[in-house]
Amino acid sequence: MTSPLLEILDLSVHFHTPEGIVCAVDRVNIALNSGETIGLVGESGCGKSVTSLAVLGLISSPPGRIAGGSILFDGRNLLALEGDRLRRIRGREISMIFQEPMTSLNPVLPIGRQVAEPLMVHKGFTKKEALELAAEWLDQVKIPAVRRRLNDYPHQLSGGMRQRVMIAMAMVCGPKLLIADEPTTALDVTIQAQILSLMVGLKEKSGMALLLITHDLGVVAQMVSRVMVMYAGQIVEAGGVSDLFDRPFHPYTQGLLRSMPRLGDPGKKRKRLNEIAGSVPLLTERFIGCRFADRCPYTFDLCRLQAPELTDVREGQVARCWLIFQPEKRSLNA
Amino acid sequence: MRLKSGLKNSHCICRPAETICVRPAGFLKMTRYLIKKLNAFALLLFLVSISVFSVLFVLPGDPAQIMLGINATPETLANLRRELGLDQPFWTQYLTWMANLLTGKGSRSLNYDMPVYDLILSCMAVTGPMALMAMIFAVIISLPLGIYAARHQNRPADVTVMFFTQLGLATPEFWLGILLILLLSVNLGWFAAGGFPGWRADFWGSLKALLLPAFALGVIRASILTRLTRSSMLEVLREDYVRTAWAKGLRERTVIYVHALRNALIPVLTIMGLQLGQLLAGAIIIENVYYLPGLGRLVFNAIGQRDLPVVRDVVLFMAVAVVVVNFIVDLTYATVDPRIRLE
Ligand SMILES: Nc1ncnc2c1ncn2[C@@H]1O[C@H](COP(=O)(O)OP(=O)(O)OP(=O)(O)O)[C@@H](O)[C@H]1O
Ligand SMILES: [Mg+2]
Repeated sequence: MTSPLLEILDLSVHFHTPEGIVCAVDRVNIALNSGETIGLVGESGCGKSVTSLAVLGLISSPPGRIAGGSILFDGRNLLALEGDRLRRIRGREISMIFQEPMTSLNPVLPIGRQVAEPLMVHKGFTKKEALELAAEWLDQVKIPAVRRRLNDYPHQLSGGMRQRVMIAMAMVCGPKLLIADEPTTALDVTIQAQILSLMVGLKEKSGMALLLITHDLGVVAQMVSRVMVMYAGQIVEAGGVSDLFDRPFHPYTQGLLRSMPRLGDPGKKRKRLNEIAGSVPLLTERFIGCRFADRCPYTFDLCRLQAPELTDVREGQVARCWLIFQPEKRSLNA
Repeated sequence: MRLKSGLKNSHCICRPAETICVRPAGFLKMTRYLIKKLNAFALLLFLVSISVFSVLFVLPGDPAQIMLGINATPETLANLRRELGLDQPFWTQYLTWMANLLTGKGSRSLNYDMPVYDLILSCMAVTGPMALMAMIFAVIISLPLGIYAARHQNRPADVTVMFFTQLGLATPEFWLGILLILLLSVNLGWFAAGGFPGWRADFWGSLKALLLPAFALGVIRASILTRLTRSSMLEVLREDYVRTAWAKGLRERTVIYVHALRNALIPVLTIMGLQLGQLLAGAIIIENVYYLPGLGRLVFNAIGQRDLPVVRDVVLFMAVAVVVVNFIVDLTYATVDPRIRLE
C-alpha cells in the first residue's frame, strides 16, 4: 500500500487569548489517500476550520500556534516548509474553499482576474492566457454568460455564484487536494444541492482528493467514503461512511445522527446539530475526563476521571469512549 | 494526471480575446455617475459664491474709504463708490461679479491695481507646487510606514512608528518649519532661510525654496496618514478575502499591495483629499515662516487692506480648489472601489 497523500499526525493548535490558552485542535490524526473523499464533521467551534487552515499554514500567529504534530503532504512536512516552498503548494497542489462566499472574494477586483491569478503565479501564464483559462473554468462551474461576467465584481453576484467562482479559483491549477470548509453552509438548500453535485462532478473528472468539512451529516453521506467526527478539538469517532451511519458507536455520533431528518418525514425541517442537549465546553478548560461527559446520556464515574483514547470498535472504525471497555454501562443508563 | 490533460484540452478551445473586455453596462453607469457628480459640483459652487459674497457684503469696513484715507471729501468718496459699483444693490453687485468672472474679465485688486486672476496665478505658482510636494512627501512617508507597522503589529518596529506619528501629531507645523530652518539653513547652510526667487528666474532655486516648507507640511500630514493606513490595513488584513489570497499561493507583495492595500486605501484617500484641498487653500503660517508669496499670504494681506475683490475671488478660488480636489477623490474612489462606481 502506498503512503497517503495527506497525513495529519498528532496535530495540536493553540490560540493564546486574553482568556487563556484555547486548545482548538488536540492531537488530531487524519489520513487521506489520493483521489479519496473524506468528511470531517462536527458542530460549530469544534476545530474543523482550524485543522484545515493549519494544513495550508494559514493560522495567524499570534494568536495561533502549532503546538505539536506534523502534516505530511506528498512526502513533505508542510509545517517545516518555509516561505516560498509552502507558497508554491498553496493554490497549486492544495486548494481551499471557504465557508463564507460573501466575504471570501476581494470586493475590488474583477472575478475573472481573481480566478486567473493562481495560473499567473503558479503556471507562469500571461494575463491573457490565464483569463482565457479562467473563463473556461467559470464556464465549467456553470456561471452563465461567462464572457460578459469576467469583469464583474463579487458584489454583482449571488452567494451561490460567488461560491462557484471560489470553486473555479480553487480548481484552475488542478490541485491534488481540495479542502472544502463548509462550502454550502451559507447557501440556500436548493443552491446547496447544486454546489455539491458540481463538486462531485469536478472531483470525479479531475481525480483529486477531497477533504469535505461540514456540520451536516446528510451532505457527508452522499459524498464521502470515510467520516471523521470531531468534538471539542478531538476526533471522537472515525470510520467508513456506511459503518458509521448504521452502527455509530460514540454517543455524540449517535446524537448527531438522531438529529438528522429520517427518511419518510421529509416535511420536517432539518434540525441543526445542537439538538444534542447542552453545548460545547469552553476549550480554555483543562479537561480531566472525557470532553463529552457533561452532555453524554451514559456518563459514569470513569468518564470524569480519565480521558479515553481512540480505540478500535471494529475493523476500520475507531471511537474515543469508555463504553468500548464497559459496554454494559450503555444499557444501564439508557 | 487526468486533470492536467483536461486543462490542456480546455485551453485549446480559444475564443476571441476581445470579447473579454466589453462592458457596456459598466460604462453607462460610470457616465451617469459622472453627470450626477458634475451637477452636485455646479450647485455647490453656486452656494459657495453666494455665501462668500453675502459675508463680505455685510462685513463692516468701506473699501472706498480705506483706499482714499480719512481725509477724503464726501464727493470723491461717493464718486469712487459709484466707480466701484459699491452703491448698487446686493443682487446687482453679485451678478456683476459673477458675470465678470464667467466672461473671464475678472475683478481688479484695489490695492495692487491689477487683475485678481494674475495675483492668484502668481501665488498658485508657489502654493500649488508646495501643496503637491507636501502631499508627495506625506504619501511616500505614510504609506510604506503604515503598511510596515501593520505587518509588524505590536512589535518594536510598530511601536517606534506609532511613537513618532504621535510626536508628529503633537508638533505645530510652524515650529517644525523653524526647526528645519535653524538646522538646515542656519547651521548647515544647505538651504536659503526663506524667500522665493521665482520659477523663471531660478527654477532649481525655486524648487529648493519650496522643499523645506513642503517637507514640514508633509511630515505633519504624514503622521495622520500613517496611523490611518496602519489601522485600515490591520482591519483589511483580517478579512476573509486576504486569507483567500494567501491560500491561492500569491506572493506576499501581491497579497499586501494588490489585495489588501487597494481596500485599505479607500478611507485613506478621503483624508488625503481633504489635506490636499486644505493645502491648496494656502498655508498662511508656513508661508510667513518661509517668506513665500503664496495664496495664504495674499489673502491674509488682502484682508488687512480691505482689498475686497481679492478676498472675494481668492476665497471663491479656494472653495473651488477644495471642491475640485474632492471631486477628483470621488473619481479615484470610483476607480478603486467598483461598488461605488456600479451602484
Ligand atoms: N483567531 C482565533 N483566536 C482565538 N481563538 C480562535 C481563533 N480561531 C479559532 N479559535 C477557536 O478555535 C476553536 C475552533 O474554531 P473553528 O473555527 O475551527 O471551528 P469550526 O469547527 O470551524 O466551527 P464552524 O462550524 O463554526 O466553522 C473555537 O473555539 C474558536 O474559539
Ligand atoms: Mg469553520
